[in-house]
Amino acid sequence: MQRYFLSRILQSILLLFGVLFLVFFMVRITGDPAALMMPRTASPEQIEAFREAMGFNRPLIVQFVDFVRGVMVGDFGNSLHFKTPALPLVLERLPATLQLATAAMLMAMLVGIPLGLIGGLNPGSIMDSLARGLALLGQSVPNFWLALILISFFAVKLGWFPSFGRDEWKSVVLPAFALGLSTMGQLARLTRSSTLEIRSEDFVRTAYSKGLHPRTIYAKHIFRNVAIPLVSVIAVQFGYMLGGSIYIEFIFSWPGIGQLLQQAIGWRDFPLVQAIAVFTSLAVLALNLLTDVAYVLIDPRIRYGIR
Amino acid sequence: MDRILEVRNLVTRFYTLDGVVHAVNGVSFDLRRGETLAIVGESGSGKSVTVLSLVGLIPKPPGKVEQGAAYFRTEQGRIDLLQLSEEELREVRGGQIGFVFQDPLSSLNPILTIGEQIKETLTRHLNITGEEAKARTIDLLAEVGIPDPELRYKAYPFQLSGGMRQRVVIAIAIACRPQIVIADEPTTALDVTVQAQIIDLFNHLQQTLNMAMIWITHDLGVVAGLADRVMVMYGGRIAEVAPVDDLYERPAHPYTVGLLGALPRLDSKESKRLVSIEGTPPDLLIPPRHCPFARRCRFAFERCWREMPELTPLGPEHRVACFYDMERGGPRNE
Repeated sequence: MQRYFLSRILQSILLLFGVLFLVFFMVRITGDPAALMMPRTASPEQIEAFREAMGFNRPLIVQFVDFVRGVMVGDFGNSLHFKTPALPLVLERLPATLQLATAAMLMAMLVGIPLGLIGGLNPGSIMDSLARGLALLGQSVPNFWLALILISFFAVKLGWFPSFGRDEWKSVVLPAFALGLSTMGQLARLTRSSTLEIRSEDFVRTAYSKGLHPRTIYAKHIFRNVAIPLVSVIAVQFGYMLGGSIYIEFIFSWPGIGQLLQQAIGWRDFPLVQAIAVFTSLAVLALNLLTDVAYVLIDPRIRYGIR
Repeated sequence: MDRILEVRNLVTRFYTLDGVVHAVNGVSFDLRRGETLAIVGESGSGKSVTVLSLVGLIPKPPGKVEQGAAYFRTEQGRIDLLQLSEEELREVRGGQIGFVFQDPLSSLNPILTIGEQIKETLTRHLNITGEEAKARTIDLLAEVGIPDPELRYKAYPFQLSGGMRQRVVIAIAIACRPQIVIADEPTTALDVTVQAQIIDLFNHLQQTLNMAMIWITHDLGVVAGLADRVMVMYGGRIAEVAPVDDLYERPAHPYTVGLLGALPRLDSKESKRLVSIEGTPPDLLIPPRHCPFARRCRFAFERCWREMPELTPLGPEHRVACFYDMERGGPRNE
């Protein structure tokens, strides 16, 4: 098991280096970073001065080592727009994104998993049709369109929820639903299909042959096995959500990381964009590590290195 | 003799998209206290469905027990298993009737310890605390011949060999000291040497616990060392039922003869090719009105294509459903 974790941690570190490499060179291969970052009206002298100030005239490898060294201590350089360090600007937006992502994930799990379970245990029933319908909707409805429909119906027509901003608890409902619907559908579909599969396993028949109550069989023998594939989907989707949804945060004026990213791109604020990209990747990597821990807790076959 | 289970005219069908599968068509048999009854037949002969129907373990839908009765003699009196509610059946399953299934790897939950999987049967049926259940689980593990039971209590199925897993499944089956154990091809998935050990274990447990056993198999070779009586099934019906020695010495149904002929023998003088029964089992979507075996039978004559043979007695315990008299070599007299 220690080897398992060690290899996972090493993998994560390697991946992180890959991310830093991409984030750093992405800006460089598209052209002259100084020209990219400066406004279009800037004179050649201003660009030259900027290049000098940012150290862009040094060899690439030196710049990269410098960049990595900065990242290690949380220094992504100053935001060009705000003239202050980039990382605190990202962290400042984190609570809003965290709140939105958590609300979206909770909604997705609380609706998607039970619906998938009921559907999988009663294939062909009304609840099953509902689960499959939700899965289809979740996968096919674009979230920016859904967001606009939600606003025009629940905010404008019915007035139940605010249409934008983040001030009362109600304001999280619409953006969280818009953000969570596709995950909700995915969870419903996956829960349904693996429930269908697990419930016809031989060990479930054994459980029935012991005279156990169906409730016990569902909870102890079926759901724990169904949960294994769900864990990874939940983690991956939550990772995406933590990166902040540009569309959703933009449409609902949600002051999160996604909105900041959209603005930073508009401002050509590359240090800020880099900080967001690295931070988001870190969040995904951390979640993946957590997933591996969760796997070990749920599935003894991994604990003993069988799979 | 003391009958613990009397099955009468059991009919089970499956309502599938392709049509109605007539899986079991009027099967009647008895099981006596402490005896081993082997049910033998090819895949699809209805042998598993017959016993699973008795305790409500066939998938419903599409399966449905259409008619019949199954009188089970318990300490509380005689009950008809087929009339019990699902709730009442849960008391019987695992409590008074234990089960052993074919593949011990897939019949154990991969993510629960074997101790937990045995213990949950005990706590379900007996009024005991978790501590007592754990102690009894460890005793059970020792009883079915698992070394270091305290240690193995916490093991997961994937940490055990196939034979050890089947011992765990057997421990689950006998946990609550059932009156009947139903074993559905319990040795098919095991190596030959392990098969022999498991059969020995069953024989030993049956003697010490005095339980009746229904052993479902397609392997007549396994049956010889184990069963008291054998019931041969074909096309969802009983073809022949006899005490085990009778069946081997005087098989009366052409299908039984075919099954015995398909067994490899060590003592045959010259090397002979293995005999196989020509043809395929009947399609139970279109159940025949005549003898279901007629199509594959060397001895079939005109009557076999016209009528359904009933089980007729040949001796005190030997009955066969066939119009042809093997010993005389001609149609059987009425």
